[in-house]
Amino acid sequence: MIKTTQLSKKYGKAEVLHIASLEIPKGQSFGLVGNNGAGKTTYFNILLDLIRPTTGAVTNHDIVVNQSEDWKNFTGSFIDESFLIGYLTPNEYFDFIGDLRGMNKADVKLFLAQFEEFFNDEVIGKKKYLRDLSKGNQKKAGIVAAMMGNPKVVILDEPFANLDPTTQIRLKKILKTLTENKEVTVLVSSHDLSHVTEVCERIVVLDKGHLVKDIVTSQETLKELEHYFSV
Amino acid sequence: MTSHFLKLEWKQFFRSSSFSKSIGAKILIGFFGLYFTCCFLLIGIGGYWILKKQFPEKDPLVLVNSFLMYVIVADLMFRYLMQKLPVMNIKPLLVLPIQKSKIVHFILIKSSSSFFNIMGLFFYIPFAVVLITKGYNLVGILGWLASMILIIQSVNFFNFLVNKNNRVLVGLLILLIFGYLIQYFNVFDLPGFIGQGFDRVYQSPILSLLFLLALIGLYVVNYKQLRNEVYLDALISEQTKEINSADLSFLERLGDLAPFIKNDLRLMWRNKRTKSSVWMIAMGLLYGLFFYPNPMYAGMEFMYVLVGIFSTGTLLINFGQFIPAWDSSYYNMLMSQNFKYERYLKSKFTIMTISVVALFVLGIPYVYFGWKVLLVHFAAMIYNVGVNTHVILYGGTFNRKRINLDEKAAFNFQGTGAVQWLIGIPLMILPMVIFGLINWLIGFETATATIAVMGFVGIALHKKLMAAITKKYITNKYVMIHAFNQEN
Repeated sequence: MIKTTQLSKKYGKAEVLHIASLEIPKGQSFGLVGNNGAGKTTYFNILLDLIRPTTGAVTNHDIVVNQSEDWKNFTGSFIDESFLIGYLTPNEYFDFIGDLRGMNKADVKLFLAQFEEFFNDEVIGKKKYLRDLSKGNQKKAGIVAAMMGNPKVVILDEPFANLDPTTQIRLKKILKTLTENKEVTVLVSSHDLSHVTEVCERIVVLDKGHLVKDIVTSQETLKELEHYFSV
Repeated sequence: MTSHFLKLEWKQFFRSSSFSKSIGAKILIGFFGLYFTCCFLLIGIGGYWILKKQFPEKDPLVLVNSFLMYVIVADLMFRYLMQKLPVMNIKPLLVLPIQKSKIVHFILIKSSSSFFNIMGLFFYIPFAVVLITKGYNLVGILGWLASMILIIQSVNFFNFLVNKNNRVLVGLLILLIFGYLIQYFNVFDLPGFIGQGFDRVYQSPILSLLFLLALIGLYVVNYKQLRNEVYLDALISEQTKEINSADLSFLERLGDLAPFIKNDLRLMWRNKRTKSSVWMIAMGLLYGLFFYPNPMYAGMEFMYVLVGIFSTGTLLINFGQFIPAWDSSYYNMLMSQNFKYERYLKSKFTIMTISVVALFVLGIPYVYFGWKVLLVHFAAMIYNVGVNTHVILYGGTFNRKRINLDEKAAFNFQGTGAVQWLIGIPLMILPMVIFGLINWLIGFETATATIAVMGFVGIALHKKLMAAITKKYITNKYVMIHAFNQEN
């Protein structure tokens, strides 16, 4: 359960985020959509305690994120390329993250085996540094790393951007399996309405920092969203 | 067209976001430049008389000539380490209607006016003027001077050819040592032989045309090479080489610090900025050789402390002062990962401590200059481990500048702020002053012991200090995250 109360973020006088109340129950697949500057990444950054809210707080499984660091034990995330260590090979990177998340080499290997299809032979075992991989392949590595160590919460910012069509479809499959048992809460933001509606059971629309729509996904959701954004 | 390019360069310089921030660093570089210029100028003007006084029976010009080989090779090596390839940001220009040959010519000609090429002139020109006033043949000296200028320019272009090739540098080093040995053992006077060549240039100035030919040749080769590389996949994008990852599993026994230490070692080996710092470490270790053989410093025992701190602490200083900025490009990720900050800092501390001890061991040969030197170095090592590591980790909490790991280290002041200059005071000046004072008031042994005891106190308080430092890092977390996200 991720609880947001009276959350706001101001830069000087400009308010970039204002969410009075938002509750994401455990095991939900939650989608965040909105135009540029809507506050999606800001919200995720606050959730990860990378920036401080001006007012209010976010509680991740009963832990106030800017008061204790214990949420890190069960939260995996990938926001952008700055989450990758450019001078490591993908394997070294996974080993590193695995180490931090209490997995040994064998665990890591076993874990990565599930994603063989997703990586499409372009990431694992390549003698290349992460910084030399294409944007899409970097993203694949980051997304998979976010799922390491059995997290209870996975946060992905724009996971579909830069991925090729095949990988997008595979990613959707992965995200669906992840939330199948209602154990893992997945938070995804995207500009691609059709992907989000397909993956997420609940979609929240942000506009200039404010929560303007909160939809339980149904057949009509895509139409509704397209209508909303085609102003 | 050229004026367009010049305008772009001008704007690039003044509009870079690091410009206003690192203005202090730029001024400092300016001072260094001025200092070197003045030195060269003074040697250039006074050189004739100095040589005449030291070696009254020899001709100063012949003497200078006999050392020119070293000068040229040293110049080349200096440039290799310091001078950047003059590739301006040409990527956006490639698709514009500008002939590629023009871009290449501009890059090359611009490099001729580099500071490295001008510096030498401050010696050669006054020296030549003095020679002329002393009654040397005017045409001969002008020919000689022209040759010098042409050689400087040739070295400039030669440097760009060898810049991508490490083997050439090693070759040059071997050549230099070999030349020195040959002269030392009087086998064959190679530098003298080359010197005689330059004497001939003075006698028949027409020979300087040979250097002109060399320069033209090198320019043409450079032009051809660059012209072929003005493509996205060759010059501009970095070549991605197959890499071998060294097996670092022996580090596993460091327990939960291992992942970070492994990372830091990889950080050092795999990035341009850090890799060229390795040269600095070699230079730092040899720092004592500037001082100890010089009788001027023989009585100044407080200098031992400076050399001791510096030579055992070069990695500590070079690496430590940019903690945690080294990790700036993925600081977001680290901060959302599951580990205790203390563990992260502890790994940095461990690396620095190991390096200090290792550099002390490597520096043991300094005992050649007296047991006192070694004793002070030992005390300095303890001081480095006990005091300086903590000071530098604490200083790290003031780091607010992102570091781009892919840029060279020499003369790269990216990530440098006031902290990096100020931190030198507690790091080096303080122990030097304390040592100097006690040495003067009480005696050498007490002074050395004091430095060591200060270090031991630091080691004893390690846990407490680290806790305080960690706290400071955590309070500054958001500011650092924000600062590290700012691209330069």
